[in-house]
Amino acid sequence: MSATLEKGLNSFKEVIDAPIASFFSSCVHCGLCAEACLFYTETGDAKYTPIHKLEPLRRVWQQEYTLLGKLGKALGLSLPVTDAELEEWEPLVYDSCTLCGRCSMVCPVGNDLTYMIRKMREGMAASGHAQEDLIAATTRAVTIGSPMGIKWPAVLAQIKHVQAETGIEVPVEKEGADYLVLMSSMEIINFPEYLSALSRIFKQAGVSWTLAQDAFEATNSGIQIGASDLAREIVSRIVVAAERLKVKCVISPECGHAFTALRWEGPNLMGRPFGFEVKHILEVLDELHKAGKLKTQGKDKRALTYHDPCQIARRGGVVEQPRRLLNEVASDFREMPDAGVMNWCCGGGGGVSANTRAEPLRLQAFKHKKGQIEATGAHTLVTACANCRIVMEEGLEHYHMNTEVIGLTELLAQYLVEDNAT
Amino acid sequence: MNPLDLLTFARGDALNWALMLFAAGVVLRLFEIFGLGRKPDLAQPRSDSPGSGWRTMFTRSLPPQGLLKREPVTYIGGYVFHLGLLANIFFFAPHIEFFRNMFGIGWPGLPSAMVDASAVAAIAALGVLLAHRLTNPVKRMLSGFGDYLAWAVTLLPLLTGYLAYHHLLFEYTLMLSLHLFSVELLLVLLPFTKLFHTFSVFISRWYNGDIFGRKGVAS
Repeated sequence: MSATLEKGLNSFKEVIDAPIASFFSSCVHCGLCAEACLFYTETGDAKYTPIHKLEPLRRVWQQEYTLLGKLGKALGLSLPVTDAELEEWEPLVYDSCTLCGRCSMVCPVGNDLTYMIRKMREGMAASGHAQEDLIAATTRAVTIGSPMGIKWPAVLAQIKHVQAETGIEVPVEKEGADYLVLMSSMEIINFPEYLSALSRIFKQAGVSWTLAQDAFEATNSGIQIGASDLAREIVSRIVVAAERLKVKCVISPECGHAFTALRWEGPNLMGRPFGFEVKHILEVLDELHKAGKLKTQGKDKRALTYHDPCQIARRGGVVEQPRRLLNEVASDFREMPDAGVMNWCCGGGGGVSANTRAEPLRLQAFKHKKGQIEATGAHTLVTACANCRIVMEEGLEHYHMNTEVIGLTELLAQYLVEDNAT
Repeated sequence: MNPLDLLTFARGDALNWALMLFAAGVVLRLFEIFGLGRKPDLAQPRSDSPGSGWRTMFTRSLPPQGLLKREPVTYIGGYVFHLGLLANIFFFAPHIEFFRNMFGIGWPGLPSAMVDASAVAAIAALGVLLAHRLTNPVKRMLSGFGDYLAWAVTLLPLLTGYLAYHHLLFEYTLMLSLHLFSVELLLVLLPFTKLFHTFSVFISRWYNGDIFGRKGVAS
């Protein structure tokens, strides 16, 4: 399917719904959204104002869905959205927005700008103005099964490694298990600690779980690029596997957008509610902890701080769970300024980390996170998203900061009380 | 046409037409928004945030943490202007009398001196906000003809009302007519400019609160 301006404009028209019409109707051009956006606060460049990134979509709304706009269009008085304009807007929509949702929390008239950017990307992709690295990642996800090109043998190799290290069998294709565990490419390649930690925690808690050969990848670049048809194809693999294995719950890994893709967009992409639950790993661990099945011993003496991944906290509602879990294993847990739902993004969400063109801007935007980390005085940074983790590791290295980044699941496993008798 | 005829026209036909256009415009704009509809959300919402949309309608009036400090002019200017305007429209005794005549209901007003002070404050706030719009790079970039038009038609009723109350500039009857015409201009333009946020702000805030609330986040 070739991309054309016409398809893009049609897509803009399709995505505009009552909420978007109310958002554009309400905007008073106060500019407060800029103050919530790390791409503006760290560069001071007005073009990074969130509502400005939506200008082509706004004009389509005005020209197609308001009486005055339609009159203006009929009289030839309105400025049409052109290919050249969308090309100019592409870096604004893909490089300088991580879909973090901070502007949506700040807008005094209540505009959910992130909701609009997510929808606008559908038209950008349909008009041939999606970011090229994201196109490549999405193509790999659809054809190979993972945005980083990882196939099942790579996962199998990691399973063998984990089994040798822990002496615990990693269940695969186990029908009737309670939980289907997913991973992100980043965890398979860079952070094998995750699967190892999970195996040990689940063994101790007596959790029945499984991996699926054809649905191990949780990430979904389709929702980042703005291609709902591809996003649906990617998410449907998980749905099919979950239904085949008759699991009660699918566990989204330490990855932000994977949770959004599966938990909030998934049923809407599929066009039907799921017959199973979707939970983030932190929700599952918190439940196990509350039920007394996740026992830990000892506490980390280091000063620790926690980075809330945007899609887990602000856009996912998982805020208290990591705090409860951290306080269980850390004696010096320190909150960052603005922690929780108003946390600042690492700068690499929403597909920005996969976008090589955006790297200099991303590193500049990281200065905000740098300041937050420094304010705590901690040198150990805990998080629950492999993408945030790799983006922050790069940022910390770039700014020569002596800070270690670890995943929360992995930290918990370090203090796990293991029953050696079984 | 002598000033009295002008006032009669301003209070009569002109006002009726303005009110009709205002009402039709508001209904049209609401229809334009709601007519687009919204697909049902098939994701199971978290159960801990019922009524989030309704709450956000009000809570969004308060600045989120840190923002007041970053943008004091916008927030303080915004509060002073909106509260001043509200006091003038709904709590000035002659206006309440006007509403009583038109709708049959009235309510206690504020002392005239207080309303007068709030008019001055609102006018001053509009001045500061215009200066900010012209000098702040973000606001200047976002602003176009519509923003300055909206500013002007909002200022005029406040200004003409103030001048009429203090018997300044023109003879009172003429000034009062001008005040009424400025209100009528505002009424006619409100549905078709960003001033429509007077109504749509409650819709957009509701959607925002609902979208976040389904995910268990109070926005």
